[in-house]
Formats: sequence, structure tokens, C-alpha cells
Amino acid sequence: MKRFDAKLGALSSLPMLAVLALAFLAPLGLVALFSIMPEKVFSIFNMPNFSAYKTFASQGYYKSLLWTLMMAFAATTILFLICWPLAYGMAKVFKRFALVITIAVVMSLFVSENIRLFGWVLTLMKGGLFEGYLRYWTGTGFDSPLYNVGIIIFGIVYVYLPFMLFPLAQGISMVPEDARQAARDLGATRWQVLVQIDLPLAAPGIMVGYLLTFVLAAGAMAEAKILGGRAVIVIADDIQTAFTYGQNWSLGSALSMVLILLIGTLAIYGVARIDLDKIMGRG
Amino acid sequence: MPANTILRLDGVRKVFGRFTALHGIDLEIEEGEFFTIVGPSGSGKSTIIRLLVGMDELTGGKIWLRDKRIDETPANLRPTCMVFQSLALFPHMSVGQNIEFPLKLRKVDPAARKTRAVELLELLHLPASYYDKRVGECSGGEKQRVALARALAFDPEILFFDEPLSALDYRLRKSLEKELKDLHARTGKTFVYITHSLEEAMVMSDRIAIMKEGRFEQISTADEIYSQPVSRFVAEFMGEVNLFDVSATSGRIDGEGLSVAQNGATAALAERIGQAGGATLMIRPEYVQFLRDEGSADFTVEGTLHGIYALGSRIHYEVKTAAGQILTVEKLREDRHDGAQGDTVLLGWGAASAHVIAGQAA
Repeated sequence: MKRFDAKLGALSSLPMLAVLALAFLAPLGLVALFSIMPEKVFSIFNMPNFSAYKTFASQGYYKSLLWTLMMAFAATTILFLICWPLAYGMAKVFKRFALVITIAVVMSLFVSENIRLFGWVLTLMKGGLFEGYLRYWTGTGFDSPLYNVGIIIFGIVYVYLPFMLFPLAQGISMVPEDARQAARDLGATRWQVLVQIDLPLAAPGIMVGYLLTFVLAAGAMAEAKILGGRAVIVIADDIQTAFTYGQNWSLGSALSMVLILLIGTLAIYGVARIDLDKIMGRG
Repeated sequence: MPANTILRLDGVRKVFGRFTALHGIDLEIEEGEFFTIVGPSGSGKSTIIRLLVGMDELTGGKIWLRDKRIDETPANLRPTCMVFQSLALFPHMSVGQNIEFPLKLRKVDPAARKTRAVELLELLHLPASYYDKRVGECSGGEKQRVALARALAFDPEILFFDEPLSALDYRLRKSLEKELKDLHARTGKTFVYITHSLEEAMVMSDRIAIMKEGRFEQISTADEIYSQPVSRFVAEFMGEVNLFDVSATSGRIDGEGLSVAQNGATAALAERIGQAGGATLMIRPEYVQFLRDEGSADFTVEGTLHGIYALGSRIHYEVKTAAGQILTVEKLREDRHDGAQGDTVLLGWGAASAHVIAGQAA
């Protein structure tokens, strides 16, 4: 009877497995297949070659990838530094006020990312909200801070802040208050408490925050297009162009595969090192 | 200030909003003493210890460690250390790393650190193999020892304890109480212990302070607090007790249902009761005797046997007086009183075992 139940359980998971296979694995497989097709073909029934990967290396696409990873890394690090004090406050200090912050941050997600980014453009552009009024009142303006690498990183930080903030707050709330007090009592300075107690015990939250924001930032393209005005081309933009204007599915697939492999390795490395159960409070 | 006072509290006050937790406390603790502060929850005992280790700021008053004022020194710079109620071990470190934590902060080199940690493990009867064990794998009693070892590694001038045994089961608690007392003797350090359990305090302490509503009721040795409490609160807090409201007029003691013999001993008591202008007479249950005939004790009272409770080595009897008061009598098993519920009994005790507390029940 027990074995029958077990079989029934396995059987009843089949429909979901089928959906997962069709919706997630099949497109991934298709992309993997297309990436080894000759360039500019629209069928997977061709002799495989690796010309698309050669193009990636020779045509400078790796530069887009490096820029993307560099900006994602810079943005996540800045996010961590900004969000730590705020998350600490939410987890340990603000008490009920933390809910206000949570609602405020979540509300921003209700408005489309593109609209919010265009809002920044209107605010920061020459003749926009800041510069326009300043020139109107004082007669002197300033150059627009838009269209460079710095503003793209700012955009990523701005858009993905919640994805760093909430995991961090969750991580910090897992640090037992008495452990911090005991460390202090045993002679630790505030800095030593941070390094030896807070950071290691909040590590799962830090890891989740870093992974989430890094993965999202590496696949982001609206910030570079709208705020950055394509001052640098990010890899996601390259992939889109290859599939659309370029009509080069193999190249688009090859670029995707490189990105997927890089991020996937990173994600698996990270996830293997954290205890998700502990974060969800099931430890 | 005597030369051997290690810690002195001078009018220490603590106010939380509208609630005054400590009303100007004065206290002196001697070097090398095992001093225990006992009180019910909300009496302010935890507040005191938080102020002493620097986890909270005083509202008023001063704290002196020897001749140095420490009340404005941050917790990490005070040469004192505390064993937490929750123990507060670091879950991400091994037993050894936990013990070495204070040494690592002082940049002691790794080899010396380990030597000291293993020494401390041995002092606390833990095998050296526990050095690499994860804290989460230790039992409750073992965690207790690790927390103690960590505090001793700090080598504090005073070691504070915030009810560290309260979470343990009875037998383990009893054995750790004795071990703690032994550890106190071996290390020669000053221990300041907080507990709500008087039993715990009596087993271990040189001196005990009883707290009530942010003030000390009495500070003395366990023996004195037990036999000569200064108030009804202390008398009742310190285990089972029989209390009578009494008054004295011209050398005669008057109390409801009490028959008092006229002799020199009772006259002396009467004088003290008279001076206090009404008092409470306290008699501990083990001093009360079952009598065969009247006149064989200084104090006698009649009642009916209301309940008999066997407590292992001792037996508790509850006797209801004509006035409706329930008296407790305690006898060793070998001195048991043969009687049944509902029997009329005569109880009595000597003047020497009675204690006069000024003031009557409210």
C-alpha cells in the first residue's frame, strides 16, 4: 500500500514535470542547439559548427560582457553598502516603522521600470527638472549627468534596491541580539562585532541579496539604453539586437549561452553555500 | 571605602519612561565574594546586571570598580564579563573558537590561545576533543560549561551570571550549582549571580540580596536571611513560613488563637513587639512541634490536621486553626506525626525559634 502511494505521488507530479520541461528546459535546449548552428540559419537541422562562438570572441562582444559584469559587480557592491545600514535598521532598530519602509519600497515596484527610468531622464536631462529650473533662476546650467557608465550603475542600483534590501534585512534579523551583546561584553569593538558576528551570521541573507541583484543586473538593459543612451552596450542588448535587427539567431544563442553559463555557475556556487531552510525559518 | 570592596554602587537609578526600575540602589560587593541578587521577575535584578556590564545606561548614580568609575565606560572596555541567561554562544563558531573569542580580540597568538582553551575545557570537566565540536552539537549542560569557559577566558575582574541555570532540568541544575560554587572557590574570582530561585542562591552564595520593586529588602548571609528576615516579603520569599499578627501589652503577647506562656523568654519578645507597636511573629515549619499536653511550649496553638504531604525525606502537615489560618509543619520522615486528617492537634514552639518582624500584614 505504501509503495502504491509512493508511485501515485510520483505519477501525480508528471503533469507539472511536463509543463516544466516544456516551458523551461525546451527553450533552453533550443537556445543551446541554435548556438552551435552556423550563423544566419533559421533551422536546427544544419551541420553544427561553432562559428557563432568565434564571432563572440572576434567581433568584440566579449567587451559587452565585461562591461556588463563590471557594472553589475559595481552596482551590487554599492547596493550592499547602501542597503546594509537600512536593512540593519529595519531588522533591529525601526520596529513598526520598518513596515512603512517596506511598503514604500514595494510601492515603487508597482510602476514599470521603464517609466521610472524615463522619469529620471526627465529629471536629469539638459533642460530637465533640475538643470532647467536652475538655469531659469540663475542663468547658468550644468551638463547633463546622463549618458555615461556612472548613471547606468546608478540606474541599476535604483531599480534593484528592493532585491538587495529585503534579503539583507532577513539575514540581519537572523543574527541573535544576545550574541552581539555577548561579543561586546567580551571586549569586541563595534567594528569587530560587525565583522565577527553580524556578517558571518547574516551571510545567507547577504548571499541571496548578492545573487539576486547580480543576476538581475547582468541581464538588465533598460538602464543602459534609457539612462546610459547606449554609452556602453550591455550583453542583453547585444542578444536582443542579434535576434531582431541582426537576424542572427546563432549569435544571439551563443551570447545567451555564455551569459547563462557564467551566471549559472555563480548561482550554483552561491546557493550551495547557503542554508535556505534557515532563511525561511525552518532550520 | 574598605580596601577589599571590588564593586560599589552609589545611588544607582534607572527609569524606563514612566516606570522606575531602580530607586537609587547602594551596594558594596567584596573581593572574591559569591554575591547573589534574588527577586521575583520585575524586581529590577536584571536591570542591575545590565547596568553593571554596560548594556544599559544609568539614569542616575555611580558605579565604582575598585577606585575607578565605570558607569560611563562602554561594555567592551569594562574588565567584567557576563554569562547570559541564553548563554549567547556564537552559533557559527566551534567550541574552541567560542572560548578563544576574547583572547583572539586581544591578539593572543593562536598556539597560546589553544593551550588556554584546552586548559579551560579541562577545568570545566569537558574533554579536550570538544575543542573542534560544533556548539549546536553540545547538550544543555555542555553549552553551559562552554559559556563559562568563554567567560573565564576573558579573565574578568568580576564574573556576572544572569540566571544561567534557569533553562536546565532539576537534576542538572543541582549538580551545576555545586560545580559553580566549587569553581568559585578554585578561581577565587568575584561572582555576582542573579536568580529568582532562593534555593539556588542559598546553595551557592556567601551573601544574598533580596530585591523587591527596585529596592533591596535585605542584604545578608543565607542563614541570617532565612532565620531573621527583616520583612514579611523576605520571610515569605524564603520558603514556607508561618506568620502571626501579634501585639503586646504590659509584657503579654496577644495573637489570634495563640496561647503564650509567661516567662523570661516570652517577656523579652513581648518587649520587642511592644517597641515595634505591633509586629509579625515568624516561625519556620521545621521548628513547630506536635504537642501532647498544653504548657510544654512557650507558644501553643490548637487546630485540625488539614493535609499531609510526603516530600520524600520530609513530610509537610497543614493545620487549620480555629481562626481559619493554615499553618505548615515540617517533620523529617523519622520524626513523623502519626495522625489522620481531621484530627485535633496541638502545636507548639519555643520562644528561641520565633522571630519578630516589625509591622503587620497590610
